[in-house]
Amino acid sequence: MKTMNPVKSIPMNPPPSGELLYEVELTGAGMWSKIISRGKILRIEDLKGGANVGMLLYNGHEKLERYNMPDTLKGQQIFYLRSPYCLHSDMGRLLCSITADSCGWHDTVCGFSDADQVKEKFGGKSFQEAGNHWHRNGRDCFLIELGKWGLGERDLVPNLNWFSKVVSDAEGNVRFVPNHSQAGDYVELRMETDVLIVLNTCSHPMNPNNTYQNRPVKLSVRSGEPPSSEDPSLQVCPENQRAFRNTDDYHKLRF
Amino acid sequence: MIEMIESELDPQSAGYTQVIDAGDHWMHRLEKGQVFRILDLEGNQAVDTLFYNADDPADRYSASDTIQGQGKLYLTTGSKLLSQRKTHLLTITADTCGRHDTLGGACSRESNTMRYSLDKEHLHACRDSFLRGLQDWSPDLGKRDLPCNINFFMNVPVTPEGRLTFEDGISAPGRYVEMRAETNLLCLISNCPQINNPCNAYNPTPVQVFIW
Repeated sequence: MKTMNPVKSIPMNPPPSGELLYEVELTGAGMWSKIISRGKILRIEDLKGGANVGMLLYNGHEKLERYNMPDTLKGQQIFYLRSPYCLHSDMGRLLCSITADSCGWHDTVCGFSDADQVKEKFGGKSFQEAGNHWHRNGRDCFLIELGKWGLGERDLVPNLNWFSKVVSDAEGNVRFVPNHSQAGDYVELRMETDVLIVLNTCSHPMNPNNTYQNRPVKLSVRSGEPPSSEDPSLQVCPENQRAFRNTDDYHKLRF
Repeated sequence: MIEMIESELDPQSAGYTQVIDAGDHWMHRLEKGQVFRILDLEGNQAVDTLFYNADDPADRYSASDTIQGQGKLYLTTGSKLLSQRKTHLLTITADTCGRHDTLGGACSRESNTMRYSLDKEHLHACRDSFLRGLQDWSPDLGKRDLPCNINFFMNVPVTPEGRLTFEDGISAPGRYVEMRAETNLLCLISNCPQINNPCNAYNPTPVQVFIW
């Protein structure tokens, strides 16, 4: 069986040179959804440390095609995400490549928080009581943004939790690793097709910190190009090369 | 430690039983309180399984909520299978295999091209079976209703360093997993036809289901 060492050093990419097209700062428990076209690079920066960015991804044109955690993990034989690995869809194609990453470990297994959990953990603060400082949760934030694209509960699948590290022991017991992401940590995603990105900054569901956290992130998008065949993300494994070829076929036929 | 917990139920007394051949799909209703068993007849056979709340199928099994709820990746006796609304769908009450996967997902013809080779596209795959099962059950169900599933009898170990692999199964002929329905459910099974990895020991075989 093919082996791959998931703890090899992270290759450093040159900083993106494309034109800055867009920039926005999200407060803690902010939410955001946009379609970003092929080749463009989304950078997410943890401004104060301890951020979590829950993310779901869909083909911008065919929203039945979506991020698939199992295909992403088994295709690359890895339990988490980092540069230069790729995000696979459920149709044998690539959605994004992680082109830069200062953090080295991002969870995609443990899901998101819901209203009951947030109430139990933080005591609950309604809008009536706290105005826009009320307590938000990952599930409601996802559903609100999904609803704007004609999507909903049936489109909730295992998501990404950027900047959060969860490890497993040999028995399969999972543990959240605190203080993983520091102020200034970032991750960059190159779109391998036109992708609908749906995200929110609610805290990780297994973060044991029981102080409701407002952790802001900065999102920026730069112009860019599709990768060459020597690209580090495609060199991770032949599975990524074949998924890229499937993606390329899709573009040749469609556009 | 892998623990085997046997059931006291006699298969002869089950109100319903059915053999599901490799490559077939099976969809069936389970009532709250019923006990459901899947028997690995010939050993090392992955049984790709999804559960839906029968009263509202938008509320369906969620791997991430189940893992989050139990703080553990693998499923065995005592595991509570949760939906994406955190509805308690089932509890595993007996398990003579000891460990089941919910990270590996289902194979598809498209993912076969990614995982193995572009010329494996024609090989039969679980997500095609899942789709046919849903289409036959209701015109309202389809691809949107395929979240990340359970793979009973499949072994996908994760290391502390974060490596994930498909390994030889730890199941054997006659091993079974049994669970109690905690609400009214729909169960969808694809008895996995995959021949390119060790999940079925490269030889897909029948399984048998029982309902008490």
